[in-house]
Amino acid sequence: MSTSIPGTSTSGTFTPAPGGAPLSRMVLAQSRMEARLMLRNGEQLLLALVIPVIVLVGGVAAAGRIGIDLDGHRAVDVLTPGVLALAVMSTAFTSVAIATGFERRYGVIKLLGSSPLPRHGLLLGKVLALLNVVVLQLVVLVVAGLALGWRPTPDHPARSLVGVLLAVALGTAAFAALGLFVAGALRAEATLALANLVYLLLMAGGGVVLPTRTYGSAGALIEWLPSGALGEAMRAALVDATVDGRSLLVLAAWAVLGTLLTARTFKWE
Amino acid sequence: MSAASPAVVVDGLVMRYGDKVAVDGLSLEVARGSITAVLGPNGAGKTTTLETCEGYRVPQQGTVRVLGLDPQRERAALLPRIGVMLQSGGAWSGVRALEMLEHMAALHADPLDTAMLSERLGLGDCGRTPYRRLSGGQQQRLGLAIALVGRPELVFVDEPTAGMDPQARRTTWELLEEIRADGVTVVLTTHHMDEAEHLADRIHIIDHGRVIATGTPSELTRGGRSATIRLVVNRPFPDGAPESLRAELGPDTEVRQLDEVSMLIHGPADSMTLGRVSRWCEEHDVLPQTLNLGQRNLEDVFLDLTGRELAS
Repeated sequence: MSTSIPGTSTSGTFTPAPGGAPLSRMVLAQSRMEARLMLRNGEQLLLALVIPVIVLVGGVAAAGRIGIDLDGHRAVDVLTPGVLALAVMSTAFTSVAIATGFERRYGVIKLLGSSPLPRHGLLLGKVLALLNVVVLQLVVLVVAGLALGWRPTPDHPARSLVGVLLAVALGTAAFAALGLFVAGALRAEATLALANLVYLLLMAGGGVVLPTRTYGSAGALIEWLPSGALGEAMRAALVDATVDGRSLLVLAAWAVLGTLLTARTFKWE
Repeated sequence: MSAASPAVVVDGLVMRYGDKVAVDGLSLEVARGSITAVLGPNGAGKTTTLETCEGYRVPQQGTVRVLGLDPQRERAALLPRIGVMLQSGGAWSGVRALEMLEHMAALHADPLDTAMLSERLGLGDCGRTPYRRLSGGQQQRLGLAIALVGRPELVFVDEPTAGMDPQARRTTWELLEEIRADGVTVVLTTHHMDEAEHLADRIHIIDHGRVIATGTPSELTRGGRSATIRLVVNRPFPDGAPESLRAELGPDTEVRQLDEVSMLIHGPADSMTLGRVSRWCEEHDVLPQTLNLGQRNLEDVFLDLTGRELAS
């Protein structure tokens, strides 16, 4: 019962009517919000689009001069699938890690933890936002590749498509799980540094942009990295029109490992 | 669960961080539809207690019930019914103020009108400002708007007016009074005495993780050992006046003559004491010109209870 206070109007404006929105609406709202923030952030946009485009254009120009052996394939046909893989890695791993690290730091995850949005809804929203951004990246990079003369193999379009979809889905899952692991275990600054460093290292030496066999004897090891597996799976689908089961299994294993690590170590605050 | 059952019941709560005991067997109740202040210095255990009620922390000992629910095991049922204002932060650094509020509204079934709410809290001018560029007071007001937007039955507000200018503080108080009038229960922490005194129906004073006093503001400030009455009369007191007045008022009272026309009286601050003082004046043929009852405020209460100042 409320004591009536002089000068306080009982407007009824704030009369309680509590309740959560339906889960689907909450998840959609969350994913829209996160995707919007990701695209608004200049740094992340650099990572998501600008760097992959530079790598593609620069790589195609350089490959012509240096003459890397690509088994008789044109450079643009090999590099474009690699750059698509790079884009998936940048968003699923680096962007997710950094964004989540700072969400913890700023108390966003804590505040959402007091809202009707359940933890699994938050995670689902993140995944949807991530897929949204990845699709957007892939569209832009496919257009850029085509403009540079990229022609994916015409041998078996359906198998190529299945291969790409599986590679993108499993690659996203593997890198996002690893990104969340880093973000949940380290401080935001450490996450920022590590996520960028890992991205640069894998871009240069992780078999993502260039085929693993171009790394010589190290290639056998690089195939087991999530970056190498994702790059190989994308190239298998788009260069050879095959579904690279082994690389997809490697990605699935990383996804499981990342999820287990995250589930064990993630702290919401 | 009847409407009269308490909104919050904390019973024997113990919370430790390592060796440090943050909450030490704390018990309190919050009546529905009231504003209840949890008052105490920094580090007294206010935020830990609140966060346990909000389901962020698992009670190490004791029980916590909020709207009759266990904040841990019945979290999903509880969360839509409460609103939480964190002490700081809670928003993405790049999110715009109104965008954040609209997002939180979208998570609720029947939210308040966000335009009305931001207008009420004076956020109309900074609706498109990114969170990191909002002033401390604007961030606080946005935090309060977020706590209210889902039309909760109960809101927990942690230091709601920290960093606000006096005008914003006043607006916030009025809003909290209005939501109480509409039937919302408010639990607030504060270390501002005036805030608790002005707003709260009931105050729990916390120190070292325990409730050391509970009552309405007037109960807390009235009950006490040392109210001070200042008496100034129109002509000099007769000889032996302090002794004679002390005899009239009884052994609990202390009387000190300041000069020939004024005295300070320490004693129970009730109407009976005042009546006796004025009767004594009449009997001794002096006319009171000033008969002030120096009301204790919460600051004095805290000082009495702990021997320390309440840091602000």
